[in-house]
Amino acid sequence: MALLQIAEPGMSPAPHEHRLAVGIDLGTTNSLVATVRSGMAVVLADSLGRPLLPSVVRYHAGGKVEVGYAAQAKQAIDPKNTIASAKRFMGRGLKDVAHSESAPYDFVDAPGMVQVRTVAGTKSPVEVSSEILKVLRERAELSLQGNISGAVITVPAYFDDAQRQATKDAGKLAGLNVLRLLNEPTAAAIAYGLENASEGTYAVYDLGGGTFDLSILKLSRGVFEVVATSGDSMLGGDDFDQRVFCWAVEQAKLPPLGARDMRLLQMKAREAKEYLTFHGEAPLTAKLSSGELVDLSLDTETFCSITQTLVNKTLVPVRKALRDAGLTVEDIKGVVMVGGATRMPQVQRAVAEFFRRDPLNNLDPDKVVALGAAMQANVLAGNKPQGEDWLLLDVIPLSLGVETMGGLAEKIIARNTTIPAAKAQEFTTFKDGQTGMSFHVVQGERELVSDCRSLARFELKGIPPMAAGAARIRVTYQVDADGLLHVSARESTSGVEASVAVKPSYGLADADIERMLRDSFEHAKEDVHARALAEYRVDGQRLLEATRAALSQDEQMLDADERELIRHSMLSLEKLLPGSDHRAIKQAVDALNRATEEFAQRRMDAGIRRALAGKKIGSL
Amino acid sequence: MQSHFDLFGLPPAFALDKEALEKAYREIQSQVHPDRFAHAGDAERRASLQWTTRVNEAYRILKDPVQRAKHILELHGVDVEFETNTQMPTDFLLQQLELREELEAAQQKKDASLLDALKKSLEGQKQLLESEIGNAIDQKKNYAGAAGPVRKLMFLDRLDSEIDSAYEEIE
Repeated sequence: MALLQIAEPGMSPAPHEHRLAVGIDLGTTNSLVATVRSGMAVVLADSLGRPLLPSVVRYHAGGKVEVGYAAQAKQAIDPKNTIASAKRFMGRGLKDVAHSESAPYDFVDAPGMVQVRTVAGTKSPVEVSSEILKVLRERAELSLQGNISGAVITVPAYFDDAQRQATKDAGKLAGLNVLRLLNEPTAAAIAYGLENASEGTYAVYDLGGGTFDLSILKLSRGVFEVVATSGDSMLGGDDFDQRVFCWAVEQAKLPPLGARDMRLLQMKAREAKEYLTFHGEAPLTAKLSSGELVDLSLDTETFCSITQTLVNKTLVPVRKALRDAGLTVEDIKGVVMVGGATRMPQVQRAVAEFFRRDPLNNLDPDKVVALGAAMQANVLAGNKPQGEDWLLLDVIPLSLGVETMGGLAEKIIARNTTIPAAKAQEFTTFKDGQTGMSFHVVQGERELVSDCRSLARFELKGIPPMAAGAARIRVTYQVDADGLLHVSARESTSGVEASVAVKPSYGLADADIERMLRDSFEHAKEDVHARALAEYRVDGQRLLEATRAALSQDEQMLDADERELIRHSMLSLEKLLPGSDHRAIKQAVDALNRATEEFAQRRMDAGIRRALAGKKIGSL
Repeated sequence: MQSHFDLFGLPPAFALDKEALEKAYREIQSQVHPDRFAHAGDAERRASLQWTTRVNEAYRILKDPVQRAKHILELHGVDVEFETNTQMPTDFLLQQLELREELEAAQQKKDASLLDALKKSLEGQKQLLESEIGNAIDQKKNYAGAAGPVRKLMFLDRLDSEIDSAYEEIE
């Protein structure tokens, strides 16, 4: 975007050192970490040169945790303590988990999110995921020889608020500064688009281990704009394994299986599926604990016919996204295939048939998401000068609504609205002296609240007592750039900020997160205060750096008093930073943030004016 | 209040230069988007979030013919009365009734091609209404007179989204 370079004289960004930033693809089956090194996005491999980390976590009685290949190898031996596909349970209650009956775990239907009982105690999917993220963080720190300043973690585009929040919590729990949650198909589009300098409208067909996404993006120089996204967060490669597993049970006329046999046969089913990608027929043999030998052979034709409905199921969201975008198949310039499950020939064929063109496979479908995430992390960390970076415009996948009279959901933000987005609603009291009000926020497209996903219930408290109908309460629903919802409320006649206590229907309350953090510290014998101090120092340092850069660009926007106040706040923060009082540092950070509030607004205004001035110059 | 047109430096007309809007939108976004401030302080991140939200909202409104017309009318003190004014000319209502019957028939027969045909004819009607609205607003400056066709267009939009839900049901 060359026009952005029209800048006032002397407005050169302050130089800063290169920040280490990573992109993490936290997958259902495998996870990866990537970074941008000397301008190139690369996946970071483990000490044995393996790029993938199987998303499997095994808990031992002593508190030891195994992650990856080592844990995967023990799945059949220790199925109850070896958690695979935890992503399927993120932000979900037990009743929402598909095939929970054939998963070998001891599920605990905890309020909020399903948990799993292991020898090391009850674990939530957030904790399991954070173990995977910790291993990736350590891998990156070892490989890059330094602390990671920030991470972009990818999520399926069709993840709802609870699933996104759970992912962000897992990142925090793993000690990562989560710069952004990035939608997986969008990440793939960045990697693909930048690699091939593509222009035009593209579809990204992303069939992962446990989720399916279809996004339609407009790519034009420097801008990636998602126009529509759709999907199924309960459909993926795992379901193909499940079909093969059921077929095997039926063919071999097996009685109900124990956890070990079930796990073993599921692994064999997966191997057979993968084998069929390159062969016409796959052996499926397993020796059960009873001594019985299962010895079957699965051919391509049978495999296609038992999975036909799954393949067709992916085309429903494809059609929906096209309709939402107001486009037809002819408008799509290319289809990018993402996710290991797209290797299956019948999937390739179905996509080619639907779009009437061969899908694009020139990037490794396992790595493309992590690579795109790394590129975005590099931009967010500020490692690319303005003009060389790009702009990403993403959307909210599911409509947000509030419950109204009669159990109906009133839409407040429609699906496929570009984020960040906000909507304000006004309410009034219906009783004299009423000081509270309760709300129920849901996500989904259906009219009845009971058919949508309950996101959160919240209560407004502290409304000043007034006559019925006199209070004006303005509730603002804000969806941020991560696709996460924030609610705030204000009584406008008195200006009183009503307190909003949001109780997530799924997901974890802040108290749970705190407990998990404490647990993980106890285990790691890390000091909570030391960690807090380190975090606030990084925060303070970042804020000082940003403020210095802002001042060097736009100091003239401030009058002498304002400048003095900011300088004073900077000075006190600088003095406190080397100390060990983390509360004082936090206060100084807050003070500097307050002091720069007005300045930030003015800089934004100026940015907009610059953009418009640039346009006029450009269109001459 | 600054109008959505002012925000993008565009003339406040119903006829829209889509390319100019898109260009201005992207240029402003590249200045204010949260991705530019991921490492900034809270104050800047908050300001960025507010501005981006505002810019996205303005863009969404201007892109959509009904919302764009409503915004222009409001700038001229005319309330479109979406919620309150349900009076419609009889011939328009009869036509709506017919279209809805066609929709139901297509739904019952689970026939996507009937939905395609319905959508196509709706598209034609929408274009006619849009040129009527453009004429009233941009040429005649008859803002009060534009309210009726805008309400009609909104009716058609609703039908359009019902057709989309019908596709989903059929699938």
